[in-house]
Parts: sequence; C-alpha cells; structure tokens
Amino acid sequence: MKIVVDFDLCQSHGLCTQAAPEVFEIRDDGFLYILKEEPGEDLRGKLETAVRECPTGAIKVEG
Amino acid sequence: MRRIVVVGASLAGLRAVEALRREGYEGALTLVGEEPRAPYDRPPLSKQVLRGEWGEDRLDLRRGAGLEELELDARLGVLATGLDGRAREVQLADGSRLPYDGLLIATGARARRLPLGEGLSGVHLVRTLEDATALRDALVAGPRVCVIGAGFIGLEVAASCRALGLSVTAIEGLPLPLVNKLGVPMAAAVADLHRAEGVDLRCGVTVAAIEGDGRVERVRLSDGTAIDADLVVMGVGVAPNVEWLRGSGIELDDGVLCDARCATALPDVVAAGDVARWPNALFDETMRVEHWTHAVEQANAAVQRLLRGAEATEPFAPAPYFWSDQYDVKIQFAGRAREGDELQVIEGSVEARKLVALYGREGRVTGVLTWNRPPKLIAYRRQIAQGLSWADAVSSASS
Repeated sequence: MKIVVDFDLCQSHGLCTQAAPEVFEIRDDGFLYILKEEPGEDLRGKLETAVRECPTGAIKVEG
Repeated sequence: MRRIVVVGASLAGLRAVEALRREGYEGALTLVGEEPRAPYDRPPLSKQVLRGEWGEDRLDLRRGAGLEELELDARLGVLATGLDGRAREVQLADGSRLPYDGLLIATGARARRLPLGEGLSGVHLVRTLEDATALRDALVAGPRVCVIGAGFIGLEVAASCRALGLSVTAIEGLPLPLVNKLGVPMAAAVADLHRAEGVDLRCGVTVAAIEGDGRVERVRLSDGTAIDADLVVMGVGVAPNVEWLRGSGIELDDGVLCDARCATALPDVVAAGDVARWPNALFDETMRVEHWTHAVEQANAAVQRLLRGAEATEPFAPAPYFWSDQYDVKIQFAGRAREGDELQVIEGSVEARKLVALYGREGRVTGVLTWNRPPKLIAYRRQIAQGLSWADAVSSASS
C-alpha cells in the first residue's frame, strides 16, 4: 500500500492528520509531510478515512 | 435491510452511498438527485471556478472513479416530491415510487433569493455549477459588482471579484460580517481584511431595492443610499430542502429534526448534511451545519445508525469545522463561537495575517480560529472534542 499526495491540490486543511496521525503531519511551515509512504495494512481504514475527508481530494491510496 | 434509498446526490448523499458499500451493505441501493449531473464539489464554485482557473472537470467528487463500482441505481435529474412514511415509499417527480427498508435524507439546502430585482438581468446566486459558470461568464465584461450578504459565499465572491480586478461593494445587514460565526473582534478583523483589499463593505444596512431598466443599474439601501452596479450577487444564506417531507411524519424545524444519532421521527429514516438538525452534545445545542467536512462526517454517522441501530452507535458530537479562502488568508475554524465567549489570540496577529485564537465558555475551549496556521487547527479540534479546559489551553499556550 502506497500513499500518494498531490501537493498541487493539498491546501493543508490537516484533516488527514486527525484521521491518520501515524502517516500525516503538518509542520510549522504549514506544509503536509508524509511520515510513512508505504504504511502497513493495519492503517488502511484510517487512510481511507483520510482520503474521504480530504476537502481537496489530494490523497490517494495505491495498492 | 434489502433496499436503501439515499435522497440527495451532493456531498452528503454521495459519501453516504460510499459508506454503505464500504460497511458491507450489499442490498439494492438507489441514489436520487435533483441535479442532472454526477455529484460535484461546491467549495471551488465561489473561488477557482469564478476566477476562471478551474473547469468543471476538476469538480468530480469521485475523482474519475464513477458511480458504477458502487452498484447503485442513480436517478439523477429527478426531484423527490414526497415521502410516505407508513408505506415506506419515496415519490419522485417522474411519477415513480421507490420502496425502502432504510432511507437517508441528504437533500441539502438551496440558496435563498431576496424578492428584489425580479425580472432584471444581472442578478446572480452561487449554489450550483450553472450559477457559478453563469456568474463567471458575466464577470468577463468587467461589471461593477454589488454583493448582497457578507457571509462565506458573499465574502468569497467579493475576494474572487477583487482578484479579477473588479470594483466590489458588499452589503451586510449585521453590524459585522460573520459576526455570528466568529464573534465581534474576529469579525471586525475580517471586515478590515476586505477593506484593505479594496472592497467597499457596508455593514448594518439592508437592501431596499434593486433598480434598473431591464438590467441591474443600482442597488438602493434602506438608508436611501444608491450604489451604482451592473451586477448583483445574492449571498443571503440557504433554505433547507424539506418541502417534499411535509405530511410524512418527519419532524421539520428549519431542517429535518433528528436525534443525537441522526435518526428522524420515522423508523429507519436518518438524515445528514445541510438539511439535518440534531442535538450536538458537545455544545449542548441543537444545530444545523452547512459545512463541507460536516456533510462527510454526518453522512458516515447516519449510515452507522441506519445499519447498526441506536444501541451500537455513538451519539454524533463533532466540533464542526469550516474553512474559507479569502485573498491570501486561509481562515479555518473548528467548534462553536457564541456571543459572550472568551476570546484570546494565543499566537500571531491580525496584522500579520497569521494567528491562532481560542474561544471559551464555562471553563472549556469551545472554538479555535486560525488564519494561515493549519498545523494548529486540527490539534485543537481534537482537543475541543475531548473537553479541553480553558485554563490549561491558555496557560500551555503562553508557556
């Protein structure tokens, strides 16, 4: 499973950091960082929530 | 359940059918929508679409995945006209009847229209894609714009028009824009922001007439002032789409009245999104919320309630989140601000266009507002939902 974020779309709403804090972090510079690009299966549910709740549709889960 | 009907095919309705399939519901599923097109995203309408930056291809809420894999019967372009709660049947404008075991109401809201300037060309609303593209096309001629109502839509339209170099007057009946959402000091900051960007913002005054000969020529205010304008945008709020539910047994009160778990007065009928009013235990208040994230979250909660029943479902008690992009400021807010709340700016300033402010009531933090500080917003949102105390928040912020 691979996380892909379209940084042209991302506006740092940060809802993904609430859904899956293990994978997403917004740092003090205001930008989103991906902490694990290939997270384990145990996080799939949280990642799907992040995809669904992203207001700009910037997140994709591949595989 | 073998037959579930979702009425309303915008964000809440779409996220509901997605949730139903994700949760393993395998029965028949029907999605009814008044608009003829596939579900699309509305927030860009007042911004990227209006400024001509995005075409409609960018608005697809399914990101190209289509509705097919959801294996549903999509009835798009058909208005729901009635609900027979006893017979468990939804009636559609084309005469068809949809029997259901479970029903999710997500018919949303429509833009209100003032009964002014009727018959004049140049009066616009911004709710649907058609509204937004018609306005975008009309802005190309470089009109003098008058925005009536300085709420989210009005302010975003004003900002987009300024980005296009247009002259903009905005009229707001309240003493300050968004004062009921942000409280006095921060609403004043929003007013200052728009004035600094060249909007002629007039607050505490209402519109008496929209005048012109065939097309808009001026807006007449209640104090007699005339504002010359070629185009008017009404951003005066929305009305929930509930007319089709009259006499159905559903309780209506500025929306569909639900319990703490999004269930209506009828068995196996739930509601979500702009149309739903429910008691939010986090704020001890019955509310109807018109924000994007809320539609997604409540659709999910309503689906849980529908599939699992009240016993197995937690009450829906979020700290509502909204954002608004105006000029170079990303405004984000989570929670609830009410008159008389404590307010403390714990970081940054209005002048810097970068700030974090907390709202508090009865010893608890009830809201967080940020300008261009996204990292802080979500962290506070989570803590507000957990009952963060005002004293702890303020002391840890100043340390």
